[in-house]
Amino acid sequence: MKLLSQLKVGEQGTVVAVNGEGAVRRRLFDMGITPGAEVYLRKKAPLGDPIEIAIRGYELTLRKAEAAHVEIR
Amino acid sequence: MLKFALAGNPNSGKTTLFNALTGSTAHVGNWPGVTVDKKTGVYKKGETPVDIVDLPGIYSLSPYTPEEVIARNFLLEESPDCIINIVDATNLERNLYLTTQLMELDVPMIVALNMTDVLDRRGDKIDVRLLEKRIGLPVVEISALKGANTETLMTRAIATAKEKRQGSSVLRGSVLGSAIANAEIALKLKEVPAPLFHAVKLVEKDEIEVQNHPHEARAVESFIQENCQKDGFCGDAEAEIADARYKYITSHFSSTLTRARKPSYDELSKSDKADKVLTHKIWGLPIFLVILFGVFHLTFSENLLYLGSIIKPFGEWCGEKSETAWGGIFFADGLNSPGVILFNALDLLTSQIGEWLGAGLEALTVKEAIVGLVVDGVWGGIASVLSFLPQILVLFLFFSILEDTGYMARVAFMLDRIFRRFGVSGRAFMPMIMGFGCSVPAMINTRTMADEREREATVRVIPFFSCGAKMPILLAISGGIVANFGIGNADVITYSMYLLGVVTALVSLLVMRHTTKRGEASPFIMELPTYHIPGFKNLMLHLWDKAKHFIQKAFTIILISCVIIWFLSNFTWNWTYVGEDGMVTSILASLGQLIQPLFTPLGFGSQVPAFGWVFAVAAITGLIAKENVIATFGSLAVAIAAAMGGSFEATEEALGEGIVQVEYLIGATGISVPALISFIAFNMLTIPCFAAVAAARGETAKGKFKWTLLFWIVTSYLVSTIVYTVGEFVWPIAVWLALAALTVVGIVLYNKRMDKKEQLEKQKKTLK
Repeated sequence: MKLLSQLKVGEQGTVVAVNGEGAVRRRLFDMGITPGAEVYLRKKAPLGDPIEIAIRGYELTLRKAEAAHVEIR
Repeated sequence: MLKFALAGNPNSGKTTLFNALTGSTAHVGNWPGVTVDKKTGVYKKGETPVDIVDLPGIYSLSPYTPEEVIARNFLLEESPDCIINIVDATNLERNLYLTTQLMELDVPMIVALNMTDVLDRRGDKIDVRLLEKRIGLPVVEISALKGANTETLMTRAIATAKEKRQGSSVLRGSVLGSAIANAEIALKLKEVPAPLFHAVKLVEKDEIEVQNHPHEARAVESFIQENCQKDGFCGDAEAEIADARYKYITSHFSSTLTRARKPSYDELSKSDKADKVLTHKIWGLPIFLVILFGVFHLTFSENLLYLGSIIKPFGEWCGEKSETAWGGIFFADGLNSPGVILFNALDLLTSQIGEWLGAGLEALTVKEAIVGLVVDGVWGGIASVLSFLPQILVLFLFFSILEDTGYMARVAFMLDRIFRRFGVSGRAFMPMIMGFGCSVPAMINTRTMADEREREATVRVIPFFSCGAKMPILLAISGGIVANFGIGNADVITYSMYLLGVVTALVSLLVMRHTTKRGEASPFIMELPTYHIPGFKNLMLHLWDKAKHFIQKAFTIILISCVIIWFLSNFTWNWTYVGEDGMVTSILASLGQLIQPLFTPLGFGSQVPAFGWVFAVAAITGLIAKENVIATFGSLAVAIAAAMGGSFEATEEALGEGIVQVEYLIGATGISVPALISFIAFNMLTIPCFAAVAAARGETAKGKFKWTLLFWIVTSYLVSTIVYTVGEFVWPIAVWLALAALTVVGIVLYNKRMDKKEQLEKQKKTLK
């Protein structure tokens, strides 16, 4: 079990759980990060954070702090 | 008249569809109470005209963002006759997630499946009939960009609007189905409209819903607890519902899509390839800086591509050409950039009209005061504000292009790390940098920022990024200092002032973040849309809309403010017209003397030996347009010279640079160097010109704008005082450093206390 924020560029995984609370958590759900969804780490920003992932056929960016709420397998 | 609402994800082509449907009838305003665009228009091509309201682009109907709340309230309270839900076919799953929420409302609804032409090109196919059957709503394939099939869409939408519809939900069969059904019955008994929608939100423990129906919320909670074992669901309803929606979409809806090839992460589309370069680890930021330079170069350069310097004969030829009236529009030291060409053309036109007006009125032998009012007051005011318009629009156009292509989202992505420290997201960078050109388009563009607090903070610091019109103040005064005192270097002074502005902006952001604009950083979870070429029609409509707003303001509040200042500077207390050169005896001059002591801590107040009020007066006329500060110096130099029995004469060219009048005033007033630098700082940081004030007012929440004005006054006053006292006496630096340290400690302690308080409140809430 690891966190989305720990994924390396080019790696993929499956979402297991989304932690956190309130607006951030809801936003993650709304953008399609729900259990079972496949994620692929496309790249990191030039300064290492935020990250860009491919999910449900589109590209999404989020900060590492937010990605740390997402557990993947 | 029928009223349709257009709903859909951002980047789904919603605005394009709206423009295709409404054309020139579109009207842009604000949703009440917030600075989110409200676009309305009329569709006229059908059997009956239809009102179309473009809802903000949203991903969900959650209660967390203003856009989502606006859309939700509109759909629930204004009861549109039909929802047109635009869905991007190339991004089916996430787009249909919103659809599954919209269909829970009891409003007739139709799905506009956009960009199927892109799918065709890939060889992918959606079985529209099957999707229609499964989703239970009419589905029409369209291409918003080409305007294809929009008439079929509207014909079917009008037919759909005529039939009543009951909400339907994809959650019926889920583990929460019975809880939702239960809540729905309870709400129906209370005769709540749209019971299914509210029931789902209640089960979700949606903040707004729980507040509105506390009794039912508790009932739902205990129902779930009681049936925990039987239904096999005891966990977190919010997660379960989002999950169930996506699962249903994957199994029932997106399965209607057959792909020519299985998608793979390694296979790069054109957009991905472009992105690889544009957001490259090493080259991403340099490329961005080049693009930024290009934008400014095309807007402000008087030597396009430096052709005039590279090819010497061409430069000389341009120099010659620029002497003529028409040549002056296109040439300077080289070829002018499009922004400068437009600026010059408009300038020539407005000054020509001004001359005609003056000549015409004089031929009619009207009073001198009337000529002055019409030519200098009214027309001069309009012309000075309108003169910004070409470059505002050119900057705005470039910004819109970068935004519409999808590049701006990448800029935010690349720079977020840096700006997060200052309490704003990467989105704030572009508007701030644009501030170096002009504050007006910069402020308007803060609209792309999601968080209200962040946007307000950004609007406040934008004027600190010294704009093009403040340049003459910098050049003239620093030139005057060097010429008069023989110290320093004009370039160094100019650069340090720019730097002072940037530092003040960053410090202000930090301070606001920890005091008035406290709170959790808003999430930065953002779609990076595929790159695409922006539609010409969309760009032009957008530009026209912004131009219209600016012109409206230029002719109303900005004009009135300008006329008031013109009146004050051209009339004496006993209503005699003295003209610009008699400004010494004007009302404004005496007002300047009245407020002069206020500027004593800043160095250009009571301690200035003679005529110290000129600086206060120039700061006030600078509100019309910042370059007026130097123009006012020119008129005052003439007037003061006359009053002292001498004369002030200079060639037109020397006057244009502004150095001679500053030199003269330095001599006449006996002001010190630190006071002059403090004067530059004050003008740079204080209330910007009326055009920027109007823009800022339009971009901040209603009723809160006074705080922004206060912020500008306090910041400019404080910073200029520091500049002056440290420059003049040096030792106050110790006092300022001590005060700064105290402030930092104070802010840290305050934040600790507030954090604790918030934590306690949170604990109380969970205990409840």
